[in-house]
Amino acid sequence: MIPGPFEYHRPTTIADAVKLLCDFGDDARPLAGGHSLIPMMKLRLATPSHLIDLQALEALKGIRREAESIVIGPMTTQHELLSSQIISKSLPILHEAALVIADPQVRYRGTIGGNIANGDPGNDMPALMMTLDATYRLVGTDETREVSVRDYYQGAYFTALEPGEIMTAITIPVPPVGHGYAYEKLKRKIGDYATAAAAVILTMSDGKVATCSIGLTNLSETALLAEDAAQLVIGTALDDATLKKASAAAEAIMSPAADGRGPVEYRKHVGGVMVARALKRAASVAV
Amino acid sequence: MTTPQIGKIHVTMTVNGTQVDGLVEPRLLLVHFIRENLQLTGTHIGCETSHCGACTVDLDGMSVKSCTVFAVQVDGANIMTIEGMANADGTLSALQEGFRMMHGLQCGFCTPGMIMRAHRLLKENPNPNEEEIRFGISGNLCRCTGYQNIVKAIQYAAAKLNGTEFKEAAE
Repeated sequence: MIPGPFEYHRPTTIADAVKLLCDFGDDARPLAGGHSLIPMMKLRLATPSHLIDLQALEALKGIRREAESIVIGPMTTQHELLSSQIISKSLPILHEAALVIADPQVRYRGTIGGNIANGDPGNDMPALMMTLDATYRLVGTDETREVSVRDYYQGAYFTALEPGEIMTAITIPVPPVGHGYAYEKLKRKIGDYATAAAAVILTMSDGKVATCSIGLTNLSETALLAEDAAQLVIGTALDDATLKKASAAAEAIMSPAADGRGPVEYRKHVGGVMVARALKRAASVAV
Repeated sequence: MTTPQIGKIHVTMTVNGTQVDGLVEPRLLLVHFIRENLQLTGTHIGCETSHCGACTVDLDGMSVKSCTVFAVQVDGANIMTIEGMANADGTLSALQEGFRMMHGLQCGFCTPGMIMRAHRLLKENPNPNEEEIRFGISGNLCRCTGYQNIVKAIQYAAAKLNGTEFKEAAE
């Protein structure tokens, strides 16, 4: 499988990268780790005539703490997320999630920006970003925008990113010390997209849920925030009846496709199971 | 759609300790550069969809699937392929010996990728347990062995590199 021909550009500043993306418009695509785009180019599902390789943009790499947030450069690889002390200490759910993305070789090259920017509903990180209430910095020729993740995903492969813009930072508010977290992903085999997956961040107070946020992967055209389900568990001790209600509330907003991972009914059912499991496990690690 | 006129790009890399260069189309995949331009055909093309790991090479201290990287992306890189694995005197490296002694291959198609991945795994974790080995090679598919003897081959190599002896027999 040979991709179509393209011209290769490797800008060394964000301004140059934005200018190239702007000049070539729909004919250009930014290239991060390449592990979504290159397979699509081989299948000729993507045929950009200009590839803008972002690898020389050092400003797009790295993980740092800024006040009460963690700022992650979009060109940070999944492998670098897994090696980061900042992530395992302050955002352990991202460490857990990165371990169930693809396989070791892909994690060395695949980036968090590539996982979240293009709006692939099968990717895991968008639901994590929604659960954590992240903000994406989008830089264009004229302006820099801070877009809430909850406004970013508009449909499958359809996002708030305008042609000529690139994502330059991911800002995640640090959850409180002692928070509970879990990412439960059902998949057919290692490396597969989720049949269904649920992310939970919660805090407990006197044995009861004080705050809760639930994200869902690959159960609709975009990652979803299961707000009703999260609301339902607040103030409870996550007894079986509450978990059942929360699962049902989450299932009500799911609209997965029927595919090789199973029919719609099955994927919704296991989506509910993932929600209940993630809630229980998150509560068990909260202090 | 008219086909754009695409200029070729000059790339230089170090492959198995030797400086190589080439004039490549931007769309040339690293695996094709290695197999066709450099005539190093030990690196195999399996699925071509980033799943099977047969094309795994070591690139600047990372295991990568060379079917999912353009040669132009890795201009200047340091690459090792299966041809670079043997010891300098031509004897088998610990991993190669492990695959031989533990019958870690049957048809052999996945073996170059398995060994290149295992090489990086043992660099990062010189004493992995069985679970860590299985997770570490989860990006490499073998349709013959059932993995039992591949895991043992890597355990054999780890033991040898650590100066101990692996006492189990192949399945």
